Amino acid sequence: MKDFEPVIVAFCCHYCAYTAADMAGSKRIAYPANVKIIRVPCSGKVDTIHIMKALENGADGVYVAGCLEGDCHFKNGNLRALQRVKQVQALLEEICIEPERVEMVTMSAGMGERFAKAAFEITEKIRKLGPNPSKAAMEKAKAA
Amino acid sequence: MITAERKPMEEIIASVRPYNRILLVGCNECVTVCAAGGRKEVGILSSALQMAFMQEGKTLDIKELTLERQCDPEYVEELVTVIDQADAVLSMACGCGVQEVARRYKDKPVYPALNTKFMGASERQGVWAERCQGCGDCILGLTGGICPVARCSKRLLNGPCGGSTAGKCEISQDVDCVWQLIWDRMKALGIENRYEEVMMAKDWRSSRDGGPRKIIREDLV
Repeated sequence: MKDFEPVIVAFCCHYCAYTAADMAGSKRIAYPANVKIIRVPCSGKVDTIHIMKALENGADGVYVAGCLEGDCHFKNGNLRALQRVKQVQALLEEICIEPERVEMVTMSAGMGERFAKAAFEITEKIRKLGPNPSKAAMEKAKAA
Repeated sequence: MITAERKPMEEIIASVRPYNRILLVGCNECVTVCAAGGRKEVGILSSALQMAFMQEGKTLDIKELTLERQCDPEYVEELVTVIDQADAVLSMACGCGVQEVARRYKDKPVYPALNTKFMGASERQGVWAERCQGCGDCILGLTGGICPVARCSKRLLNGPCGGSTAGKCEISQDVDCVWQLIWDRMKALGIENRYEEVMMAKDWRSSRDGGPRKIIREDLV
């Protein structure tokens, strides 16, 4: 647990969150290397199945980063993404996995600081939660 | 379409617990449209099941497959090449699909992953509502194309009852009084005089009350 480095998948929309990540880079604002970014055309493109497969394949946390509310390039993709995140959270609860491992965040393209802050906060939250229980149990079973 | 919803994970997990190799079968028809048992939902359930069992230090061998139509023998036949590689089938089809798989593969346990709900229509994205009860003797022609059998809480044929208030049913403010809808529609069509015609008692033998039903089309048999 002490050496635990979480693997976090961030689905970032092309128009805001991904550009905010780019902005963070341009501004030389560091953010944890734990966060693996997947660029999507719109956060509304992210489906329940994408988040579930990320978790099944070993992600300790997943977040969807979209545009600020009311600012989605495709009108309401970010609101749809939020609903899907909620759906995954409910499903995770049903299988005894902490729903906090999945989150929705929003930011504008210029918010490099906010991107980095979200990446830090989520990484720390997952670090506290510990490894994805499915992955951890399998590793324990293999070691035994 | 036939609508359905996924069963609680606890129930699904309990049904497949004794098995290691699961054939998870979806259906490309109604349950795909109502987002309950199509290819995507098969993938989501597969992930959820896998993660649930991984927490117990066990991985399932889940094969995902979505048939064109699980209620038709010719499509269910497609499972013949993979059925032997599974200890049990978990079906994400409606009850018809589950039963068709069980009928064809008699030595294979089949479990439903969905609760089949009703014959309904899509009111808007993500909302489905009951529209037909398959009573076997359609009266929509008499009621302005709105069904009191499926949509009146009391199935009244000569409504409304005294529980109709401001166009809503007494069971809930979210339920329209179907007889109000029928009246409004008849008025709009200029056929409100038909409302005065008393409907005779319905012969429910054409419905489920007459026992399990079957259609035989001699020209197609």
